[in-house]
Amino acid sequence: MAILSKEEAQAILKKVIGYSTSDECMVSLRGAQEGNIRYARNAVSTAGESSTMDLSVSAVYGKRVGTASINEFDDESLQKVVKRAEELAKLAPENPEYMPALDPQQYEESPTYVESTAAIDPLKRAEMVGDSLAVSKADSLEAAGFLNNSKGFRAIMNSKGLFAYNKSTDVSFSVTIRNQEGTGSGYVSNSFNDVAKLDTGALSKIAATKAKTSAGARAIEPGKYTVILEPLAVSDMVGWLARGFDARSADEGRSYMSKKGGGTRLGEQLFDEKISIYTDPTNPELPSATWDMEGVPVKKTTWVENGVVKNLEYSRYWAAQQGVEPLPFGAGGRGFGGGGGLIIPGGSASLEEMISTTERGVLVTRFWYIRSVDPQTLLLTGLTRDGTFYIENGKIQFPVKNFRFNESPVIMLNNVEELGKTVRSGNILVPPMKIRDFTFTSLSDAI
Amino acid sequence: MKRKDFLYYSALGMGSLLLPNSSLFARPIDPLEALNERIDVATKKELADVALNAAKAKGATYADVRIGRYLNQYVFTREKRVQGISNTESYGVGIRVIADGCWGFAASHRVTKDDIAQTAALAVAVAKANAKLQTEPVKLAPQEGYGEVSWKAPIAVNTFEVPIKDKVDLLMQVNDTAMQNGANFVNSMIAAVNEQKYFASTEGSYIDQDIHRIYPNFNVTRVDRQSGKFQTRNALSSPMGMGYEYLQPRPEDKVAGLVTRYKGRYDMLGDVREAAQNVAEKIKAKSVEPGKYDVVLDPSHLWLTIHESVGHPTELDRVLGYEANYAGTSFLTLDKWKSGNFNFGNEKVNIVADKTQVGSLGAVGYDDEGVKCKQWDLIKNGILVNYQAIRDQVHILGGTESNGCCYSQGWDDVQFQRMPNVSLMPGKEKLSVDDMIKDVERGIYIVGNGSFSIDQQRYNFQFGGQLFYEIKDGKVVGMLNDVAYQSNTQEFWNSCAAICDESDYRLGGSFNDGKGQPSQSSAVSHGSATTRFTGVNVINTARNI
Repeated sequence: MAILSKEEAQAILKKVIGYSTSDECMVSLRGAQEGNIRYARNAVSTAGESSTMDLSVSAVYGKRVGTASINEFDDESLQKVVKRAEELAKLAPENPEYMPALDPQQYEESPTYVESTAAIDPLKRAEMVGDSLAVSKADSLEAAGFLNNSKGFRAIMNSKGLFAYNKSTDVSFSVTIRNQEGTGSGYVSNSFNDVAKLDTGALSKIAATKAKTSAGARAIEPGKYTVILEPLAVSDMVGWLARGFDARSADEGRSYMSKKGGGTRLGEQLFDEKISIYTDPTNPELPSATWDMEGVPVKKTTWVENGVVKNLEYSRYWAAQQGVEPLPFGAGGRGFGGGGGLIIPGGSASLEEMISTTERGVLVTRFWYIRSVDPQTLLLTGLTRDGTFYIENGKIQFPVKNFRFNESPVIMLNNVEELGKTVRSGNILVPPMKIRDFTFTSLSDAI
Repeated sequence: MKRKDFLYYSALGMGSLLLPNSSLFARPIDPLEALNERIDVATKKELADVALNAAKAKGATYADVRIGRYLNQYVFTREKRVQGISNTESYGVGIRVIADGCWGFAASHRVTKDDIAQTAALAVAVAKANAKLQTEPVKLAPQEGYGEVSWKAPIAVNTFEVPIKDKVDLLMQVNDTAMQNGANFVNSMIAAVNEQKYFASTEGSYIDQDIHRIYPNFNVTRVDRQSGKFQTRNALSSPMGMGYEYLQPRPEDKVAGLVTRYKGRYDMLGDVREAAQNVAEKIKAKSVEPGKYDVVLDPSHLWLTIHESVGHPTELDRVLGYEANYAGTSFLTLDKWKSGNFNFGNEKVNIVADKTQVGSLGAVGYDDEGVKCKQWDLIKNGILVNYQAIRDQVHILGGTESNGCCYSQGWDDVQFQRMPNVSLMPGKEKLSVDDMIKDVERGIYIVGNGSFSIDQQRYNFQFGGQLFYEIKDGKVVGMLNDVAYQSNTQEFWNSCAAICDESDYRLGGSFNDGKGQPSQSSAVSHGSATTRFTGVNVINTARNI
């Protein structure tokens, strides 16, 4: 029941619009089936399945908007939810920023749904987790992990005839493997639309190797270091950039994209020329819906080219105010997540090659607990975790204690020495990066 | 309130706070209609029995069922505009079982007898599928059945019965006050939660509870276009386990000082007026000189340091490794607790866990596995004496009684160990904030919580704040900018020099504390009086881009 086809969704939405008597009406329908296993101490700790579907109706009179929703789908319930939205709209204050409903749009196709992922059942999940546990048990290590798969759809329709539909699948896996003494820890995580790309055993082997090789970490002085950030560490940092592309905050003088003296940094060389950033909902490695929640088509967009800011994100309202075309940031990977969907083209170097050309530096597996310290410079703080190593003379010398950093991804992307090969890391496609003068401010005893 | 819902509505309503979007959209309803839709207890008991019987028939050795209706209301505004009003409702059933020694869970939004029986069977199937990966069977602490009981939060005014117009009018007045007092931008919001939840288990409990929470907040921004700088200040409110009475101020709840702070009731208009003045001063304030300072921490700030450095490392599931892949583990390992002499802090530091404090976010009658709530010690005279544990963990501590701190954010998420209120006890001797500051030679007085980050075992942390005042030779000499302090948990709590008395004790809290996979949100309060810590490392966070 939870996953409706395009035709089934369209039929329900048409029926709902048919009941509407307001000036404009916008209807959204979504459904999802999810299943997961969580494990720790080499055994399953929790596991579950859930199924949801609901319908949301926004009725509009002039600039007054009311929204109501329901999770029952008989005719009486559908009529009730439309009536309820219309009653709320009549009571609502005017929204001066309300934008009229869009006319029908054309959308590109995106390969977000994969049948084999949709077919995952509890036994398949148990088998995939079994592959991970086999790795930790074979090496007398301890694993804690999480495997989650979902299939879902969403559809929207408005009273002007706009209709959009997308169904998608996702499988996400992460595991932390630690040695029994608690002196070493490793981690891997990734997400895919296609379960065929996920090998939980192979990923777990990487985490197990890190758990073994990170044991016995030595303390080195905090300070500025050349760092090699693995793709996970890069995605932890650069995901924060996405929020700054909002034109309105930049125009209002309250983002790192705001310019001293007024205006935005559009057209400025804000990053090293090796850095380009774009989003593309049809990218086969990171597909996402090709429309936003208002029905605006989402297309491939270049935000930064050779370090120069090329585009900012404009909502329909802000675009009208500024006399430009609306430009959505996009659905971003699987969902509308912050930073999701960013793509940074890389180079050809492997991680090993990047290490071999480093005289003195620190290899970072991932970061943890990153929070904004100062939004005007995008200064972030956080810590390294699950495998931090000292490099000298082109070789990893020994594991080091974790550091706290205070660094801005804007500054970091000005200090780029080298980019490796771009890969998917969660909701983002990024290369490993070699960065000079990365600021570590203190040591942590955490393992 | 689920964190992803909150972020979604926050993103809709509070764009300038730069919160991320989320994939969820609303299930808004008319709140009054929702209240009318309450299901009577007899029907819930009948439905619950269907779940318990179906689970047992399929081979479960234990089962519990939660039938929940969760109401949320959000009003978001900026300057002269209402950005969003949403009433959302979520209703359904979650069933947790033990079969073949392993946990299984399933949930459904369809709450009919047939659907419930099928969901119970699915939960048992999930448990059996995973049992082959299990090394040790689940062991539950004994728990008496309470029969049919109920608990209601002692609120004075039900937020969901206050007309939306009153809330919109208040927020518009808040925004107008900010703009009149020199702010360039202002966002404001009120969020409210009502959890109507029914719990039943094969131990023989049938528990009906009604829980309320409220969270007013604002963010005032002042921009200096010439320098390209901007400064913000958030509300000094706290989310509370209260009704709308929290927003009906009383003079006796105002704490006078450099800036007004609030106890049981909150004056949103008074606070925003001061906030607009604060940002004007903040944008001209001098940048801090890094180094060692004594920090004097107001409860509106200290709650978050307690939350991160005491609340999280004393969670037993973290200590045991159950959160290793997400929230992290803990430096407070079992050997430190067993030694009986691990000095977490000095002898001034007494920290209690509590699920009963009136008005707090964590207060309920019974937890989400049917255990009656209570208070217990975590840190006694500086020594680690206990953890936070639930039914399937407490045997590891050699105990036979759960602490009663199990929680799930909704009917469709499985319940697990969550932080109770964790609070620092006030000093026993009379001490005011003014007297505390008189003893400080070189220090910083910090009000309000800001940026926060701590490592996965809770050793190394860094905190910012909302307002920073420089103290020189016992006197406040002006405001500072770009302040953050870094420390190590054990060193920090051993540097506790003085704690103000009970008259300064106030609650702060988190409306959306995240833990678990899939991630779940819970709300938790932390009480403290103003406290001084000596020789803390302060860094300067200013940068140029």
